[in-house]
Amino acid sequence: MALQITTARPDPALLDLPWSTPLEDWPEEHLAALPRGISRHIVRFVKLSGRVIAVKEIKEDIARREYAMLRNLRRLDQPSVEPFGVVSGRVAADGTPLDACLLTRHLKFSLPYRALFSQGLRPGTETRLIDALAVLLVRLHLTGFWWGDVSLSNTLFRRDAGSFAAWLVDAETGELLPALSDGQRAHDLDIARVNIAGELMDLQAGELLDEAIDPVVISNRIVTRYEELWRELTAMEEFDTGERWRVEERIRRLNSVGFDVDELAISTDIDGTRISIQPKVVDAGHHSRRLLRLTGLDVGEGQARRLLNDLDSYRAASDRQNDDEELVAHDWLTRIYEPLTRRVPRELSGKLEPAELFHEVLEHRWYMAERAQHDIPIEDAIEDYVASILPSKPDEVSVVGVDTVEMPVIAD
Amino acid sequence: MATVKYDESTRIYPGNDTPSVDRLNIDIKDGEFLVLVGPSGSGKSTALRMLAGLEEVNGGKIWIGDRDVTNLSPKDRDVAMVFQNYALYPHMSVADNMGFALKIAGVDKGEIRKRVEEAAKILDLEPYLERKPKALSGGQRQRVAMGRAIVRSPQVFLMDEPLSNLDAKLRVQTRTQIASLQRRLGVTTVYVTHDQVEAMTMGDRIAVLKDGILQQVATPREMYDNPANVFVAGFIGSPAMNLVSVPVTDGGVKFGAHTLQVPRESLEGAGKNVIVGVRPEDVEVTGQGEGLEITVDVVEELGADAYVYGTPTDENIKLEGGDDALAKPFIARVDGRRVPMKGDKIWVQPHTDHMHVFNAESGARLSH
Ligand SMILES: Nc1ncnc2c1ncn2[C@@H]1O[C@H](COP(=O)(O)OP(=O)(O)OP(=O)(O)O)[C@@H](O)[C@H]1O
Ligand SMILES: [Mg+2]
Repeated sequence: MALQITTARPDPALLDLPWSTPLEDWPEEHLAALPRGISRHIVRFVKLSGRVIAVKEIKEDIARREYAMLRNLRRLDQPSVEPFGVVSGRVAADGTPLDACLLTRHLKFSLPYRALFSQGLRPGTETRLIDALAVLLVRLHLTGFWWGDVSLSNTLFRRDAGSFAAWLVDAETGELLPALSDGQRAHDLDIARVNIAGELMDLQAGELLDEAIDPVVISNRIVTRYEELWRELTAMEEFDTGERWRVEERIRRLNSVGFDVDELAISTDIDGTRISIQPKVVDAGHHSRRLLRLTGLDVGEGQARRLLNDLDSYRAASDRQNDDEELVAHDWLTRIYEPLTRRVPRELSGKLEPAELFHEVLEHRWYMAERAQHDIPIEDAIEDYVASILPSKPDEVSVVGVDTVEMPVIAD
Repeated sequence: MATVKYDESTRIYPGNDTPSVDRLNIDIKDGEFLVLVGPSGSGKSTALRMLAGLEEVNGGKIWIGDRDVTNLSPKDRDVAMVFQNYALYPHMSVADNMGFALKIAGVDKGEIRKRVEEAAKILDLEPYLERKPKALSGGQRQRVAMGRAIVRSPQVFLMDEPLSNLDAKLRVQTRTQIASLQRRLGVTTVYVTHDQVEAMTMGDRIAVLKDGILQQVATPREMYDNPANVFVAGFIGSPAMNLVSVPVTDGGVKFGAHTLQVPRESLEGAGKNVIVGVRPEDVEVTGQGEGLEITVDVVEELGADAYVYGTPTDENIKLEGGDDALAKPFIARVDGRRVPMKGDKIWVQPHTDHMHVFNAESGARLSH
């Protein structure tokens, strides 16, 4: 059978990859780095026309299914890795058929949890990761995605203004349904809880995680965080007609956890004394959408919140409360944000995403001001940050490592 | 240990007119290995998920032992979905890989150790308990994953196509392992597959579903010898049973040039035609002019015997179970020393002891 390549972005360089070699034996020259999750399949990062592509060797029907599933998730605006293609019909030099490959784009500045832990962590990071995963799981469930294999390994993390945003990386077991039953949601949560505990226990056994941290306690957090968020986003609320402010209040609460309300069902009882409200359609990315509209910047939800706060202080400081919001945003972008992010020398640009860097500089300025007991101009803060802090940060644009853990499922 | 009972259990997905599982009734015995099998869309996974608590039940009930679990959450049912999420942790010992989920559930250390050791004995993993999974072979890793489910000692194991992502060789290996393990453990197990060979080799009993409706529940042998209808007859067995629509005559049915004796009672209620079923190994090659004439298209040599794939020479005779694009061949197993050649004509008839007769309209079995 001839090699068959399915891709939405045809790139002739794909043909130059050694498809007739088992992925495990691909020569160094093609490889960018090694992935750091736990996986049952062989996964490699490959350089392709200036991009990095993750290649997973897997049975053809499963590869095609996962490819289609990832495309659907992207179409539904869910945070998942971007599918790039499927290569099938591979044959080794000696004529034996080889499994197909699923290609996904490497998610820039993403961190597998194992890489994060081997960097040595700030305290509390493990709970921040769980919180990010809870947000991801709620979002996926709201769109009808039943994951089936929720775990830290199947999630990628991006820094997001001091906390994290979670992205789905492995959709192999997933199903898209019109809606999830309570049993299906509970099943995903239970799997998440067991997997997270197992993954943390494993890190402890490998001495990568502080013994004082209790994996069971941390893993239970996925359940409580998920349920809190789910309730906030879906529960029906009832109050007297006199308390109409509670409609506004509910919307504000949803905004503050990062969601917009696209549809809210409001009903009154027969004699009109009680009102009940229930969000019907909610959409993640409240702050990032607003920032995108104002400035064209596409960043994480936490980062957007941080940048919007800075935009607000800029507006106040320059006394432009009565000016058009878009105009002020444009000035902020060209006078504050862009000049600042441009101050990073090229050789340090792979350390942090620009928006994360901006967040870090704001933090840094705060510390400097506290030490100096007076305000510090942002220019001074960035200069100090680039000189004293940034160089010691790890390169995170595409994380490199060697401790990949694969447990291939093969016959003896 | 427990029995499982589907009691008129029904699932209708929102927005659908027809149920995906329609008034399902199955009594599963304590310790039994029941396989739910059917083509895609037959409702087999839905039926399993209803039992697991993952899919709402819109009508009827589901029982585990003497507990009505119809409205219980998955956690409260004491069932375990096996193999869904199979991950081995590299830094943890084999024993910890098997037992860690019990630690989360708050089981005390001594009890965990005891259950892990019992499971390891059954799985032949005792010598490896202190090793790391990396040091194990592929098959041993599979067994560690099974161990994770076993130590939970649930009342029922549920498996939904657990072998679908394995390569062919490992699939056969693991199939045998699961079946023998289940027998040693004696835990009631419900297993879903679309593969009838898997169903036949693994199940104590098989339940065949089609379009949400149970077609038959029986042992593999019973199902093979006495399929309840044309669908089961064509679905179970490989190569598939030949199903030929033939006219009813005095004292029997007309099979090509021959009249096959069929007891009058058996043909009661049948129309002008019936469907005669004959498995390839029950086809008798007769002399010229006797029975049904077949033109040989392909011969598959197996050594001791051979399979002949052919087409009835009379174009009016149609075989059931083919689709529009591809006519179904007539298949006969013949003696390996007397194999016809491609293009030859042969005459065949059913071995009358092993002949099946079905109603042409309803598909129901007429003979016994
Ligand atoms: N597009 C991507 N960008 C960044 N990292 C990736 C990408 N695709 C895969 N990875 C890395 O490779 C690891 C394994 O990938 P994946 O989970 O798809 O493999 P798997 O063998 O299917 O895993 P499982 O055992 O859970 O089925 C992930 O944990 C992640 O670290
Ligand atoms: Mg994975």
